[in-house]
Amino acid sequence: MESGYLGIDVGSVSTNLVVIGSEADVLASVYIRTQGNPIGAIQRGLIMVAEELADRVEIKAVGTTGSARNLAGVVVGADLVKNEITAHAVASIHSVPGVKTIFEIGGQDSKIIILRDGIVTDFAMNTVCAAGTGSFLEHQATRLGIPIEKFGELALAAKNPVRIAGRCTVFAESDMIHKQQTGHRVEDIIAGLCEALVRNYLNNVGKGKELLPPFVFQGGVAANAGIRAAFTKALGTEAIVPEHYMVMGALGVALLAKEEAESRHGFATAFRGFAAGKLQYQVGSFECEGCPNRCEVVNLRMEGKTLAYWGDRCGKWSNLS
Amino acid sequence: MRITFPYMGHSHWVFRQLLSELGHEPIVPPSPTKRTLDYGTRYSPEFACIPFKVLLGSYLEAIELGAEAVVTTGGVGPCRAGYYAPLHQRILADLGYEIDIIVLEPPLRNMKEFYRQLRKLIPPGIGIGNLLCILHRAWVKLNAIDHLERLSHQIRPRELERGRTTRVFRKCLELIGAARTVSEINVAREEGVRLLTEIPIDREKELLKIGIIGEIYVVLEPFINHNVQILLEGMGVLADRSIYLADWVRGNALVPGEKDIKRAARPYLKELVGGHGLNSIGETVLYARRGFDGVVQLAPFACIPEIVAKSIIPSVSRKLGIPVLTLFLDEQTGEAGIKTRLEAFVDLLLQKKRKGAGAQWNQVTWA
Repeated sequence: MESGYLGIDVGSVSTNLVVIGSEADVLASVYIRTQGNPIGAIQRGLIMVAEELADRVEIKAVGTTGSARNLAGVVVGADLVKNEITAHAVASIHSVPGVKTIFEIGGQDSKIIILRDGIVTDFAMNTVCAAGTGSFLEHQATRLGIPIEKFGELALAAKNPVRIAGRCTVFAESDMIHKQQTGHRVEDIIAGLCEALVRNYLNNVGKGKELLPPFVFQGGVAANAGIRAAFTKALGTEAIVPEHYMVMGALGVALLAKEEAESRHGFATAFRGFAAGKLQYQVGSFECEGCPNRCEVVNLRMEGKTLAYWGDRCGKWSNLS
Repeated sequence: MRITFPYMGHSHWVFRQLLSELGHEPIVPPSPTKRTLDYGTRYSPEFACIPFKVLLGSYLEAIELGAEAVVTTGGVGPCRAGYYAPLHQRILADLGYEIDIIVLEPPLRNMKEFYRQLRKLIPPGIGIGNLLCILHRAWVKLNAIDHLERLSHQIRPRELERGRTTRVFRKCLELIGAARTVSEINVAREEGVRLLTEIPIDREKELLKIGIIGEIYVVLEPFINHNVQILLEGMGVLADRSIYLADWVRGNALVPGEKDIKRAARPYLKELVGGHGLNSIGETVLYARRGFDGVVQLAPFACIPEIVAKSIIPSVSRKLGIPVLTLFLDEQTGEAGIKTRLEAFVDLLLQKKRKGAGAQWNQVTWA
């Protein structure tokens, strides 16, 4: 059996799984929709990966990342749980050595990561507003009745991109509707929207940062040719889109899991096996009344047995598991 | 009078004693919860900052408990907070609550006005000697609480059993809270020190050092800042908070202070920009000089003084080589976003620290 290292990235919009081999080569990669059900998505992902390679690859270590990384870590039995900013940076350095600036635009988050000499020196993430993320583009595509896959193609066909307010998605949307109602072509509106999104991203998330090439553009939105073109226009140079741009978080955490397994003597994985894809998991939550903090405590049960509690600040519950 | 006051960190133990010794009935607002936030956001202007909303919410909760008046402090310089008390009063009046809001402006700026407001709180029977004793006791109590809290922040990142320090510290607060006289407070303080130093810790553990700066209310009230200091401590960080209430009172009300902070800020900003904007710059400089690994800036969303500071901080950061992470805080109660940013920031600082020494990405994991 070949050795494999599994990385799982559970984000708001998509859940991605990547298995890498001992040479850090990608053996399997799965991209599915989270659809508000992270546990279900992880399980579906596990089954899909198992079908592809369970008979020839043995998982030696597992890492999880993304906004549901802790939950995912308990569900699959992870050896390493890492935030997505670090995971994305690791994957990017691996794919494009020498990268100095990473643009990462996902479903709900957009971030910028600045690296110098292979280490992260600064990063920023959108804070209170989700302007300029994949969800917004998707929403607009639905509103215009265009499949999101066609979005980029149409943007590239624009002759005169219209100017659309970029500051806030609510303003952008009403601006777009006005332009549409005055008779602008849909291609020009879409291209204008792409430019507004990029402008907003660079001014907001990238504010005050020194943006130096090589640039890497990753995350689901990198699939969009219109956004890629808008970046090239704004930066004056092209941003590299790595081969596995859709699943960089999962790739990064798989690389970290591999490093963890290889650097520790006598390492044994906590992975529950692909069978975890078929177990019964239940989550519940309650407000702890132990003190005025009133923490929202979550508990996860597997086959009726409590696996873990989290969400408390004092350790009263999380220390039980 | 039944008097309430802003809930901010652990200071309620002091205000409770102060008001009751002045012959009032202190109405301690419940510590802020989602309910406070619901009340606050429902009746505040949408654009108001989060401290405004939480305060309004807790005044309403205190009124439900029978409060007849509010005592609070004013703001300094060009910051909206200076208008917050009158605005709170109007909103409460519109809701049908005729509540007196007594605003204590920093006495060093306007002694007369301070005294005029303070008079409202002091019943006629209390002589000046007695008043000074009461203020002194409150001062001793405030210092004792800050002392123990500082100690707890030294211990928590090294604790061997997660959550132990938090539980012991809560016990310390109860001890201090129950103590009335100066000698009782001192005994409680010593007992607190003993309890805290008995917690088993890992003395060898290497800790990153992070300073926490920003607007006073969001820095001091853990409900709004998602317990950022304790979150960092759970990640193996010695987190130092720039503001403790006793220091703030000393520097703003007793003797003109914070001069070192203002001097440190001078190469970058000379003007008062309201709120704690100038302090945020100066404190970043001071943390860099003290050899801290990084700084976390806490700011209420749309807070102009902190926005000004944020736009200046990158130049401080570049010049002194200290990374700064800014967190804007608003109504969100989800902690995940804050945690992700803090974890990544800690990774960044670890990387920076170990740069020369064959850095490994996964040397620290928080499962």
